[in-house]
Amino acid sequence: GCFVFKPSPKKRRVTQKAAIDFRERNNDSEDAELRFVTCQSLWNQIKLEKEQIQEDLNKQLFDNLEGFLRRSHSERQEKTTKWTCQMKSSEIPTAALVLGVNVTDHDLTFKSLSEVLQNNITPYIALLEAKDCPGIKNLMQKLMGQLMNCYIDVDSLEDEDYVQVSQNRIRCSMTSLINWYESVTKKPDSETPSKKRTSSSRHWQSPPVVVIFKDMESFTTKVLQDFIVICSQHIRELPLVLIFGIATSPMIIHSLLPHSVSSLLCIELFQSLSCKEHLSTIIDKLLLTAQFPFKLGGKVLQVLINIFLYHDFSVQNFIKGYQLCIVEHFYSQPLSVLCCQLVDAKKRVNSLSHDQCENIRRLPSFRRYVERQVSEKQIALLTADSCLKETTQKLLEDLHVYHENYISVLRCLHVFTSSLPKYPLGKQIRELHCACLEDQVWETEEYESSLQLARMLSKSDLVTMLQQCVEIFVSSSGKEFDKTVEKLKEFLTQFQKLEAEAFQEQDVSVSSQKELQKKTDLYHLQKTLLELKESRRSKKLTKFEMLRFEVVDYIDSLVRNYLVPADHKTLHEIVYFNTASVLREHLNAAPRIALHTALNNPYCYLKNQALKSDGGNISNKAPDICIVYRLHLECGRLINLADWLEAFSTVVMAVEGPNADAASSEQVDDIIHARFIRAVSELELLGFIKPSKQKTDHVARLTWGGC
Amino acid sequence: MPNLEHPAYPAATLLQLESLVPCRESQVSMLLSIFGERQQFSFPSIFIYGHTSSGKTYVMQTLLKTLQLPHIFVNCVEHFTSRLLLEEILIQLQSCSSETAQNSHMSCDTLNDFVRLFKQAVESRELQDQTLYIVLDRAEQLREMEANILPAFLRLQELTDRNVTVVLLSEIVWELFRPNIGCFEPFTLYFPDYSIGHLQKILSQNHPPEYSADFYAAYINILLGVFYMVCRDLKELQHLAALNFSKYCEPVVRGEANERDTRKLWKNIEPHLKKAMQTVYLREISSTQWERLQHDDGEPGQLKGLSAHTHVELPYYSKFLLIAAYLASYNPVRTDKRFFLKHHGKIRKTNFMKKHEKTSNHLLGPKPFPLDRLLAILYSIVDNRVAPTANIFSQITSLVTLQLLSMVGHNDQLDGPRYKCIVSLDFIRAIAR
Repeated sequence: GCFVFKPSPKKRRVTQKAAIDFRERNNDSEDAELRFVTCQSLWNQIKLEKEQIQEDLNKQLFDNLEGFLRRSHSERQEKTTKWTCQMKSSEIPTAALVLGVNVTDHDLTFKSLSEVLQNNITPYIALLEAKDCPGIKNLMQKLMGQLMNCYIDVDSLEDEDYVQVSQNRIRCSMTSLINWYESVTKKPDSETPSKKRTSSSRHWQSPPVVVIFKDMESFTTKVLQDFIVICSQHIRELPLVLIFGIATSPMIIHSLLPHSVSSLLCIELFQSLSCKEHLSTIIDKLLLTAQFPFKLGGKVLQVLINIFLYHDFSVQNFIKGYQLCIVEHFYSQPLSVLCCQLVDAKKRVNSLSHDQCENIRRLPSFRRYVERQVSEKQIALLTADSCLKETTQKLLEDLHVYHENYISVLRCLHVFTSSLPKYPLGKQIRELHCACLEDQVWETEEYESSLQLARMLSKSDLVTMLQQCVEIFVSSSGKEFDKTVEKLKEFLTQFQKLEAEAFQEQDVSVSSQKELQKKTDLYHLQKTLLELKESRRSKKLTKFEMLRFEVVDYIDSLVRNYLVPADHKTLHEIVYFNTASVLREHLNAAPRIALHTALNNPYCYLKNQALKSDGGNISNKAPDICIVYRLHLECGRLINLADWLEAFSTVVMAVEGPNADAASSEQVDDIIHARFIRAVSELELLGFIKPSKQKTDHVARLTWGGC
Repeated sequence: MPNLEHPAYPAATLLQLESLVPCRESQVSMLLSIFGERQQFSFPSIFIYGHTSSGKTYVMQTLLKTLQLPHIFVNCVEHFTSRLLLEEILIQLQSCSSETAQNSHMSCDTLNDFVRLFKQAVESRELQDQTLYIVLDRAEQLREMEANILPAFLRLQELTDRNVTVVLLSEIVWELFRPNIGCFEPFTLYFPDYSIGHLQKILSQNHPPEYSADFYAAYINILLGVFYMVCRDLKELQHLAALNFSKYCEPVVRGEANERDTRKLWKNIEPHLKKAMQTVYLREISSTQWERLQHDDGEPGQLKGLSAHTHVELPYYSKFLLIAAYLASYNPVRTDKRFFLKHHGKIRKTNFMKKHEKTSNHLLGPKPFPLDRLLAILYSIVDNRVAPTANIFSQITSLVTLQLLSMVGHNDQLDGPRYKCIVSLDFIRAIAR
């Protein structure tokens, strides 16, 4: 149980049932199907890209691990005769794999790891989880089950008899495992060489048996110790390699295993990529690219990043959240049909229905656009669908161009801001991205201060930055940047010129210094010194400083031109998903608050008009449990049941009060009593109260605050 | 002059045995006299105990092998259930003397079955004229099996009515084995630790073929000088000796010193061994890494050990949760109001308060605290408002699975779970930074 991600019902619905559900809420059915298809294909693209990125990221680690596995047993097989090898105690090669606290991501890593190993090293891999192995017996059972099954997977045709021997029948001891291993490894050269050729060419003669402990921390010490002791007895017959998946720090090995056991291991440390770097790459490659038409709004992105940084560090969850955004966008926004590649979008605009055109007209950003137009144009846009479609095509193109430019300029700005002291605009490009999406970035104080700082950069820094910017612009797909590149290159040449001039200037100053030394006359000396001082003061800005100002101003102008926040753009609603509240509801649920609202204000969920009366008084029409809950909020830590019942019956009887008999109010009705007891026990079940032993007839409150 | 004497066995075998078990002559001769001659009934059960690597297993194994006594050797850790253990004994018994009629698989669930099958097996194998030895290594595991296993093994001779002796090997004393209901008392034999002289003698015995015995003995002497203080484990010492020997030989190989230049060799190896003590011995870096370092002549400094990676990166709220948990574990409840409330009353700075705080809470260890207190402290130490979302609660659970917090008492979830913070002050300091 760790950093749980609850799949939202909506997403599941989309993947399981088909596009029908997209239609459910919205009337325009023909687009719903198209939207569903678009959404699916977009997600598939993103998924492929994501997998590619993760494969690249993990490559280094997996290569290292592979090398380790190759080394671990090959050495032993080669030189068993040598003296040192005979004398050395045979340790179990062990890889301590530090993966970070994002436990949810580990599954994926292990999965791809075992795939890689299966392809390159050995078919014999067992993945063990702590929850399956409370005792050594379970562990051995699990281990043997996995290993022997994997053998069956490799070539299932032979060994029918082996399959028939069920898991329990096999004696789960190390000896039977060794027998199995011998029979498996001997086979290729004796029986069917042709069939096994493929696998034996990839794996060598006796491939190691890899046992992966997914979550080292959760294993009990006893189980691990016993297993290691057993393994070390048979390491010569069975080439075992252990891999410990560690979430915290490798110190855990020492705290779990005593020295007598850890001395049986030959531990090497492997560190996986930090999850923050992983996220940066994912954001860089998936979000900051014009490749995918779908975009995240500033608030939404902020929510996703916050969940990552504040709660779980899980890239997997981040991507799931991203997926949720996509699904939600295509589900809730009818115009998301147009959220596809530009060419397709233009075609689709032509075939838009009238309703969809009305949808476009209803978009706030489009209305703003219309208001800016001349009146004839306004009428045309609002009445003629054809005119609207034409304009929409143009606007979509604008939006596309805006994206391409935006990304290049953002990267360029990031080059500048990421090297400033104290990082006023953030160190990571994602922070900058959020800031730019949020608002007009040039109006913020941080931007102002970072410009100030940029005006104080040294020349060498400035030159390298400009070079980086040139590279970014050259490699970008935007067409408008030819001029920018030229301009930046011009700056660079000017800097070079300056350098040359600076040499000369130095000469001049040196000569004046020399003159100064020549003149020994006190009067002249004073005079020249004064002159020098004067000249320094007057020449406030050197040429370099002037140029520096120019560069910074130029960058500033680029920013103002291209980094306009997306929601200022017309038709941004089509490609941007901006409803952060939905996302927050789904991904960052607050059970306590939900429970409190449900009990405190039942109208919120039941939508019954009779319950609508807000304020302090308790409606007697509310469900009993709500009344009891409201009453218990007013009590202290210990609640007297008799008083509580009294209050409850008063509330319930409130309406009946006028026409009720005096006699019935004296004695609490049996039915009311029963209702009260049921409500109280429901509260107990929900964990709000528990029976107390301190005082008779009292219950203890388990929550505090409340209201 | 042979120390071991026994009329039943040829002197040559005894001599060979003696050379194989150095420094354990007295124990071996004791065992021999208990065993008696091959056909004689021996003591029903023998309990041998002694520290790690004091040669219990090795001596038993070599003794039984060199004298070619029929025996069965079983490790109780490996055969962790009584069924596995009993079956293993029977299987070994089958293959012990003759290869005929390998019964494919026999199931033996209870001791009763075992005794029956055992009798059959012994009868058919014609072992009656010799004592059969069953050696149970790591016998302390027997205590965790069914209650009848240990007493039954102690009386196996009586139960089966066959010539059998059970030898138990363990690292703990017999007193910790003795069941409440009483049992047959085995003959106990203690294997004392090897002294430094013994270690020297045993280690020098296996010298590499390329070098003389004296040269190697000198090396062992130096090695023991460094490691004897921390490690008396023979296996470990042998391992370390093998690891570092190539470094010791280096000056000789390069021709800078000859084999007699003890001082020079000592100067070369001593700092190296000290480094090894801090790294390889503690398994901070693995022995293969150490060998590679030696080979490349690199400094061990460049390779960080396991404990160098203590830093754990945690999500923002997890950090605060952990800090809050630490505060809740080590601060008494009555100070909460003073520390975490904005408008607390001024506390009188009396000596009374100070006196209490002097007995550091760190010495007393963490105290359990309820979930609500943890959350209350969390809310007061985090600057902005924290919504009690499901994510926060799941983080607490994941901190428990990461072994940073521990749950106290596994009672009902509704009953307000209690936790303990089980990380050190240094860890918290590193996180709080």
